[in-house]
Amino acid sequence: MTVRCSTEWRPPGKGSDRLFLTGMGILLGAYALLILLMLAADFAYVGGAGSDGSFLRSFVRAFQSPEIRSAMTLTMISCTLAAILSVWVAIPAGYLLSRFNFRGSRLIDALLDIPIVLPPLVVGLSLLILFQFLPARVREVVVYERPAVVLAQFAVSCAFAVRIMRAAFDQIDERCALVAQTLGCSRRQAFFRVELQEAWPGVLTAATIAWARALGEFGPLLIFAGATRNKTEVLSTTVFLELSIGDLSAAVTVSLIMVAAAIAVVMTARTWGTKNLNL
Amino acid sequence: MIELEHIDLDQGAFALRDLTLEVPEGGYAVLMGASGSGKTTLLELVCGLRQPQAGRIIIGDHDMTNAVPAAREVGYVPQDGALFKTMTVREQLAFALEIRRRPRAEIEARVSEMAELLGITPLLDRLPPGLSGGERQRTAMGRALSFRPKVLLLDEPLTALDDETRERIMQLLQHVQQHTGVTTLHVTHNRQEAEALGTMGLKITQGRIEPLDLGKGDHA
Repeated sequence: MTVRCSTEWRPPGKGSDRLFLTGMGILLGAYALLILLMLAADFAYVGGAGSDGSFLRSFVRAFQSPEIRSAMTLTMISCTLAAILSVWVAIPAGYLLSRFNFRGSRLIDALLDIPIVLPPLVVGLSLLILFQFLPARVREVVVYERPAVVLAQFAVSCAFAVRIMRAAFDQIDERCALVAQTLGCSRRQAFFRVELQEAWPGVLTAATIAWARALGEFGPLLIFAGATRNKTEVLSTTVFLELSIGDLSAAVTVSLIMVAAAIAVVMTARTWGTKNLNL
Repeated sequence: MIELEHIDLDQGAFALRDLTLEVPEGGYAVLMGASGSGKTTLLELVCGLRQPQAGRIIIGDHDMTNAVPAAREVGYVPQDGALFKTMTVREQLAFALEIRRRPRAEIEARVSEMAELLGITPLLDRLPPGLSGGERQRTAMGRALSFRPKVLLLDEPLTALDDETRERIMQLLQHVQQHTGVTTLHVTHNRQEAEALGTMGLKITQGRIEPLDLGKGDHA
């Protein structure tokens, strides 16, 4: 006769799966809700609760401001340049780190994480100090000028782009490039004709993330490029400047413009990528 | 002809010592051996993806020991084909000829000829994710043979295929070899496959090559 004890194993019922998935769903939903509520609060504030006019009037006022228009133009140009530069560096960097275990590769790998883990202010301060060692002519052209905006954005964005490109190349079967070499390709031809073609979805992701990171950059810009109106002011510094003069409504409006720009870029990249790259 | 003379290759835990083999012009050699015995490594040595520490590699009449893979004129079909994911079957078959900057008309004619030979004409505009295991192997073979290589290296081309497809690809391999006369080195685990296809048998054990009796009265 067998004795049933309370610790006897029983197959899990459907209820267990439901509980597991519900738990996960609650966490996902809570985070999505937090993001939605933040955005909703911004819209509500601009729309009347905290401002003196209608939702539309706040945006019109923002777009009519020459300072904000200048910041918007510089933001679009600098973020695009920073993203292009990041991808241009990240493709070879990601490829080398993924394919070769060379001397010092671990050190370089760790070094590339520094802009990601460093406090943004330290990145800006380090750039500022670095340029103190460079010739005065170079310093005058870059520091507190528009090139500093792009360089500060690139310094951080590129590290993210390298991580993404390395992961993209890690996922691509290296044997395809080796087969291409047996078919008559040099390593360069195999890279451009086979590996880079397969890495395009990664390139697109890296460019999108680099662009979005550049858009959100603030600390390094403030220190290295300054926040001079009509000169080195970008949208993130506009939010800061509007806040510092007590115009919370303008700050929130500009924040919403940044949200819209980020969403537009991500959606365009995804739609274009899905259509052209079989993502 | 494929000739390996006194090859030494040391890769930490794995080593080939004084390895010698010869596959005569137009021959179809099958190479058998346990997993991890170095069969794939041997193919990679022939096509130049690995460099031996000592010995010579002769392909056709030329010493190719230090030649880059592109210069060896070797058609290589790795396990599961390793097809280029972003290219259609047509682009894969044309790849080696485009690299060699052959005229467009010649490329198109060769692609049609290879597709006809391998029975993949209806698949020419398909991408690899839409192909079955057998179709992938045919495409990989077509890609490897497109530039008329001196030798063809096949790494377990029939593994992971169902019985019916395996039988068809075996017949196709025989047909291709008769049609092109290409010297072939075919790595396999399967004895039946080796006996059906090989004109000579080889076995790799502990880094050395030994002849393998295929039951046809001939030896390596």
